Amino acid sequence: MEKINLTIDNINVEVDKGTTIYKAAKKAGIDIPVLCYLNLEHLNIENRPGGCRICVVEVEGRKNLAPSCSTECTQGMVVKTHTLRVLNARKTVLELILSDHPAACLTCSSSGQCDLQDLSQKMGIREIHAVENAKVSTYRKDASPALNRDMDKCIMCRRCETICNDVQTVGALSGINRGFMSVVAPAFEQDLEDSPCTFCGQCVAVCPTGALTPFDDTNRVIRALADPKKTVIVQTAPAVRAALGEEFGMEPGTLVTGKMVAALRTLGFDKVFDTDFAADLTIMEEGTELLGRLTKFLAGDKDVKLPILTSCCPAWVNFFEHNYTDMLDVPSTARSPQQMFGAIAKTYFADMMKVKREDLVVVSVMPCLAKKYECERDEFKVDGNPDVDYSISTRELARLIKAANINFKALPDEDYDNPMGESTGAGVIFGVTGGVIEAAVRTAYELHTGKKLQKIDFEELRGLEGIRMATIDFDGIPINIGIAHQLGNARKLLDGIRSGMYNFHAIEIMACPGGCIGGAGQPLHHGDSNIIRARFDAIYREDAGKPIRKSHENPYIVKLYEEFLGHPMSEKAHHLLHTHYFEKHKI
Amino acid sequence: MAQYKMHLLVCGGTGCRASQSEEIIKNLNTEIKNLGLENDAQVVTTGCFGFCEKGPIVKIVPDNTFYTQVKPEDCEEIVREHILKGRKVTRLLYEDPETHKHVEDSKHMGFYQKQLRIALRNCGFIDPENIDEYIARDGYAAIAKIFESMTPQQAIDEIKKSGLRGRGGGGFPTGLKWEIASKNSADQKYVVCNADEGDPGAFMDRSILEGDPHSVIEAMAICGYCIGATKGLVYIRAEYPLAIKRLQTAIKQAREYGLLGNDIMDSGFDFDIELKYGAGAFVCGEETSLIHSMEGLRGEPTVKPPFPAEKGYKGKPTNVNNVETFANVPVIYLKGADWYNKIGTEKSKGTKVFALAGKINNVGLIEVPMGITLREVIFEIGGGIKNGKKFKAVQTGGPSGGCLTEKHLDTPIDFDNLIASGSMMGSGGMIVMDEDDCMVSMAKFYLEFTVEESCGKCAPCRIGNKRLHEILEKICAGKGTEDDLEYLENLSKVIKDTSLCGLGQTSPNPVLSTLENFYDEYLSHVKERRCIAGSCKALKLYTIISDKCTGCTACTRACPVGAITGEKRQPHVIDADKCIRCGACYDKCKFTAIHVQ
Amino acid sequence: MSTTFKIQESHIKTIHDICDSFNNDPGELINVLHKCQGEFGYLPEDVQREIASKMKISVAKVYGVVSFYSFFTMTPKGRHAISVCMGTACYVRGAEKVVDEFKSQLSIKVGGVTEDGKFSLDCLRCVGACGLAPVVLIGEKVYGRVEPHQVKDILAEYND
Repeated sequence: MEKINLTIDNINVEVDKGTTIYKAAKKAGIDIPVLCYLNLEHLNIENRPGGCRICVVEVEGRKNLAPSCSTECTQGMVVKTHTLRVLNARKTVLELILSDHPAACLTCSSSGQCDLQDLSQKMGIREIHAVENAKVSTYRKDASPALNRDMDKCIMCRRCETICNDVQTVGALSGINRGFMSVVAPAFEQDLEDSPCTFCGQCVAVCPTGALTPFDDTNRVIRALADPKKTVIVQTAPAVRAALGEEFGMEPGTLVTGKMVAALRTLGFDKVFDTDFAADLTIMEEGTELLGRLTKFLAGDKDVKLPILTSCCPAWVNFFEHNYTDMLDVPSTARSPQQMFGAIAKTYFADMMKVKREDLVVVSVMPCLAKKYECERDEFKVDGNPDVDYSISTRELARLIKAANINFKALPDEDYDNPMGESTGAGVIFGVTGGVIEAAVRTAYELHTGKKLQKIDFEELRGLEGIRMATIDFDGIPINIGIAHQLGNARKLLDGIRSGMYNFHAIEIMACPGGCIGGAGQPLHHGDSNIIRARFDAIYREDAGKPIRKSHENPYIVKLYEEFLGHPMSEKAHHLLHTHYFEKHKI
Repeated sequence: MAQYKMHLLVCGGTGCRASQSEEIIKNLNTEIKNLGLENDAQVVTTGCFGFCEKGPIVKIVPDNTFYTQVKPEDCEEIVREHILKGRKVTRLLYEDPETHKHVEDSKHMGFYQKQLRIALRNCGFIDPENIDEYIARDGYAAIAKIFESMTPQQAIDEIKKSGLRGRGGGGFPTGLKWEIASKNSADQKYVVCNADEGDPGAFMDRSILEGDPHSVIEAMAICGYCIGATKGLVYIRAEYPLAIKRLQTAIKQAREYGLLGNDIMDSGFDFDIELKYGAGAFVCGEETSLIHSMEGLRGEPTVKPPFPAEKGYKGKPTNVNNVETFANVPVIYLKGADWYNKIGTEKSKGTKVFALAGKINNVGLIEVPMGITLREVIFEIGGGIKNGKKFKAVQTGGPSGGCLTEKHLDTPIDFDNLIASGSMMGSGGMIVMDEDDCMVSMAKFYLEFTVEESCGKCAPCRIGNKRLHEILEKICAGKGTEDDLEYLENLSKVIKDTSLCGLGQTSPNPVLSTLENFYDEYLSHVKERRCIAGSCKALKLYTIISDKCTGCTACTRACPVGAITGEKRQPHVIDADKCIRCGACYDKCKFTAIHVQ
Repeated sequence: MSTTFKIQESHIKTIHDICDSFNNDPGELINVLHKCQGEFGYLPEDVQREIASKMKISVAKVYGVVSFYSFFTMTPKGRHAISVCMGTACYVRGAEKVVDEFKSQLSIKVGGVTEDGKFSLDCLRCVGACGLAPVVLIGEKVYGRVEPHQVKDILAEYND
């Protein structure tokens, strides 16, 4: 690799050819401020439209200032990053951006984690040069069940557009209009609900301001908790415990399962349960379904739908309902763990507690925004009463804890309640890419072969590669497995199947990077792949530490079937734990 | 053209067609037929003569008689008198504005005397829809010569030696551009002709395409040969239907003659051209935007490098030149680089086409050697200022350019001098302004254009230009302060310094150059609340001259806001605070008693 | 306005034929939009949706392109579309006053359509007929050297 030598603020730097000034400066220990730029290393995606012009620097011999994020270093280049000219330009441009941005920081849900706010502080903006009657660009606001769009706060960094199109290939968003009124929006500025949006929320995760924010359900939860007539129970998704600590300044990858349970109890939830329990239940249903289809296939049934596709990721479900309408009978009919939990809670558990359905409030804590949309789907309601009432994100839970003056770090570790708090290691790994399929393999293998697994860890299914493939030996029968995370990779995998390039028996798909651990409801990772990696490791640590690691061995699951459901895929199970899919309007 | 004794050349450009030139052609033909002159005289529809002010033009060759502002009903007389009897129709001849004498021969018209037509060499001489006429004037001889005797590198060297610089705005050396594109190897390369002429007030590209489309086709093929591209694309404004039609006809004819397509002139070189339509976005004049637009995307620019020569259309090496640049190319090969580089100044060779417009007597399209002075252009070719008013400024370079004043009149015009004077060549719009034009309003007009045309991708251009425009509006409304002037300057400089593409990097030029040259005018707006040119409505002060006022009350009745009071048959008064400066009283007053300041 | 447009089978066929004639190549989107606008007079939502699904581009992207270029419109024009040139040459020769006169005669804003759908008023960039400044186009017809007081008579030419 050819080397380039240059000086930045009189420091000599040597970099590879092709390196940008911004990265070279970083190497020299100089942090040039950026706004629109975002490097998502784990996705191999760099958003650098060169639009905000905050990162400009002076390059000797160049007429105008150069955007450091997108200007490559050249041999002998002399760069200055903080001359008066540069500082004046940055400040003036930032003032311009602020002049077209609502000054409502105090009540903005992104306050405190807003890149624009941070930058204004850093640059010491104390007033914005007032132009009398300066126009501000305003747009139609949109509140979907999962996320809010307030494009008055958009600064045209285009990160959401990049994520939605280049990473997720969803195509709900695009730059629209021209000039002062240009903004990122769905077609015709329609509501996201009318667009092909999957509510994966990855746009929210990268938005540098408060333009895209999660729909806030915390007030509804607080109100339910305060209502003496209601029994309020909560379920926590596997990925939450691996990230919640970050909101309280703990190292990424710190497992806070026990403290989280304690905090939820302190907040006033009547029962604290684990979605992992429902994940085990999912494996029972989905694994049985897989085995059923496999057995038919091996018996020579040509009509059987293979590969089976996992269905626990709600953004993925939305994605195929929009894009693969010809394949609606291919995914597993098993509901997601969140919804299985809700269905069991509002029947089996409600009966057990002798609580009426409408007096039982089920709250879920999820790393996800699409879950908010999922729990509002009509098919998951009985007479208008949803199986899961409210879904809050990891970040929302952190806010609830902070608002309740709970000293999170000082909390003791507590255990989940029973019966729906008991889970296995298989349930835990639902939180990472490859986890669902590994959990399914652990159970399906034993049920199919009737033999005990020698080795529970399927390393070949693990990793952070976007698309992974492995073949598992089911006692002589090779089972081909495909895994994809992020919807763009899912599309590649599915198109490969359509074109006959791949031949799989089962496929796991997660919409977010790394699986649920990188969900849009998690603490923001700002593209730092080390954070994703740390959460990833934490999940497998939790799995390894569990006494039971196979779903079908969860004693409360066994009991649930004995007392209530009968057997997997029974009529009752079918009614409560399975669903069907709808063709969403054409894109 | 040899078989006829006389040719009647009628301008079929957009301007003249708008004044019934098609009707004129029809009438001339009818009359020729009526008099049985079909074998002696032929009517030819040509491209633009350039002298749009006096259109429609009918020119008779070989005697170069130049009839101006011809009406359809004049045709009978022209044919009977001139063609049949050999007597010129004096009343239709051009009248010299100074001597008031009729000029019989276009060569003696001030408008043409100082011009040197290279890019426009065929405009107004040939029928653009007939390839034979182009060939008869040495068309496709340049490419034949290259195929016969030059390697691509030699052909590039010739352009480098000629000193030709891009005529689209930036003035980048054309030969060097070709060389860079030629050195980037790829399985496919592209030649793009930028015909998305966007500067308001510039129409040379349209005129060339309407008047001489083959010169552009030939040059694109030459460029393709030089850089190793087999595909050419013309990105043309959809608002130019006539140019599109003529270009399509020309491409079809060139294919039929084997001048486009496979194995052109048995050279073994393949080249063909397709059209891509613009859809109304000024920013698409910027190379990278243009390329994105051709790819079916929003015309947003991207950071350079990579330059199109490296990664352009569909990611392949692409060379983009504008229409006028291409139109120069064939001549350079025919007459030689040494001939070409003797024309012009040290660093700006050849000629430049300007669209002369505004408050000038001879509006039109002119082509002059680089190095000519503004004075020559405005007062000799342009025939001076309309209605005997005083020259105030000339705006060059369109919305990216600046205003030049009295003190620049004797500066030789070339790329570098214009930039040094705070303006730029741009695509060659030249708008002349007189004492009635307010320079703050002019800056505001251009910023309004920029705000509308900014793509919105980068913050300084998207928001900064909007703010510049708002401040200028404020000043024109009489609410500006001296602080505003300071902020205008700083903001302008930052926008230039930080914008992503050429649009934002030049859009504050009209502000900076008017601030530089007409600071007093800005000051009088903000300090005295006065618009010297009297064009800012809000700064007009309406008063009643009591000596002249008869107290007829007509103004009182006309005033929509009740700002005028007074007894009948007594002098009235206007309450300046209530007055909305609509001018209704001024229009109604029969005694010129309303004074406007 | 666009909601009043109901897409019909024949429209869909027209759109598909246009897309097919450009091989459904996303790179030809702008040419396709030109053709479709030529066909329908404007580009209502349903037309954009149909183009998007046929060419396998997201509707958001199609709308992103339509809303970027000033040539494309989502509202139908009047039967007689009036365009006043606002190029610099026309501007300095008083085009603004001409626009104002059209606005007041028709009681519409720039970009608007009269209630009876007869006239629409727009400004456009230089048409290159600067010798005739200020220039007004009504449909295909060009009016040169227009002065505000002539506006009334010009409009009267279009009395049905």
